[in-house]
Amino acid sequence: MIYLEQLITSFIASAAFGIIFNAPRESLVKCGISGMVGWIVYFALDTNGFGTIFATLMASFLIAVVSQVFAKAYRTPIIIFSVAGVIPLVPGGLAYDAMRNFVENDYSTALSLAAKASMISGAIAVGLVFSEVINQVIRRSNLGPVK
Amino acid sequence: MENQDQTFEVMRACMLAGKIMLQSGAETYRVEDTMSRMASAFGIDKTHSYVTPTGIIFSVEGVGPERTKLVRISDRTTDLRKVAMVNSVSRRITSGEVGLQEACKLLVEIEEANLTYSFIIQILAAAIASGCFTIMFMGSWLDFLPSMAAGGIGFFLVVYFHRIVPVKFFAEFLSSFFIGMISFFFVKFGLGQELDKIIIGSVMPLVPGLLITNAVRDLMAGHLVSGLSKGAEALLTAFAIGSGIAAILSFL
Repeated sequence: MIYLEQLITSFIASAAFGIIFNAPRESLVKCGISGMVGWIVYFALDTNGFGTIFATLMASFLIAVVSQVFAKAYRTPIIIFSVAGVIPLVPGGLAYDAMRNFVENDYSTALSLAAKASMISGAIAVGLVFSEVINQVIRRSNLGPVK
Repeated sequence: MENQDQTFEVMRACMLAGKIMLQSGAETYRVEDTMSRMASAFGIDKTHSYVTPTGIIFSVEGVGPERTKLVRISDRTTDLRKVAMVNSVSRRITSGEVGLQEACKLLVEIEEANLTYSFIIQILAAAIASGCFTIMFMGSWLDFLPSMAAGGIGFFLVVYFHRIVPVKFFAEFLSSFFIGMISFFFVKFGLGQELDKIIIGSVMPLVPGLLITNAVRDLMAGHLVSGLSKGAEALLTAFAIGSGIAAILSFL
C-alpha cells in the first residue's frame, strides 16, 4: 500500500517538475516515469537497510539508463528526462535539516548532515556519469549495435 | 571575400545556438559539442570553444584570418524545451536538411519565442509537486493541502520578487522566509501536523537540484571552471533558502 502511494506521488511530482522546467508537453509522462522508477528503487533500497548513498547511486544510475532509452527513442536530449527524474533524489530535506541544526547551535549534528547531503549529491552525479560512460564504451566498442 | 562572409555567418549561427542552450540550462559539454558539430556541418572543421556559465568564447579557423567571438550570458533559467529545439535544429543541420540561412532564421525564432507554460499552470505544478514531496518524505496526508498551499505561494513569490529585485539571492531568501511563516501558521492553527514535513515539501520547487547535479557532472567531465561556478551558484541558492527558513525558526 505504501509503495503504491509512493509510486503515484513520485510520478506526479516528477511530471510537475517537468512543467516547472518547461519540458516539452509530449515528454511530461516520460519525465514522470523516469522519476517514478528512480524513486521507487531508492525507496525500496533505503527502507530495507541498504544505506541512503548506495540507494541514491543505484536510483540515479537507473534514471540515467531509462533517460538514455527515452532520449534515443524520441531523439531528444537526455537532460530532459534525467533532470526531472533526479529531482526527488536531491537531498533537499537533508540540507534543510542541516540548516535547522546550525540555527539551533547543534553544530556536530549539522555538520554530519551537511556532509551526508554533499555525499548524496555526489552519488547522484556519479550514477548519471557512470551510465553515460558505459553507454559510450558500448557505442565505441564493436560489441554494441552498429549505428 | 564571399567565403569570409560565410565564415562569419557560420560563427553567428553557432554562437546563437550556444547562447540559447546555455541560457536554458544545458550542460557545458552539450553546448561545446553542438557548436562544433554545427560548424563542421558547414565546412569549418577547426573550432575552439570555451564555455562557462557566464560567457562563451568561440574561435574558428576558416578562410582568411582566424576569428574569435565572445558572448556574455547574464541570466540563466531552466527551459528544457528550448534545449530540445536547438538540439533538433543542429541535428537537421548535420544531416544536411537545413542550409545556413534557414538555420539562422530558425535559431532567431527560437530565441525570441516565449514557449513557457502559463504562469498559473507553473504555480499549480509547483503546488502539486510540493504536496507530493511531503508524502514522499513520509509526511501524513493531512499535510498534503497545507504544503500545496505553501509551495504554490512560495513559487509565486520567488518569481514575483525576482521581477522586482534583480538580485536572485534576495528573492529566494524572502520567498523561503514566507514559506516558513505560512507553514508555521498552518501548524499553529491546527491545519497542519508536522512543521518539518510541510517546509521540506514546499521548499522543493526552489531547491537548485539541476544546478547541483550539473555542477558535479561538469567537474567530472573536466570543465573545472563551469563546474565550480555552477556549484557556487547552487550553494548560494541553498544558503538563501536555508537562511530564509532559519530566520523563521529562530523566532519560534
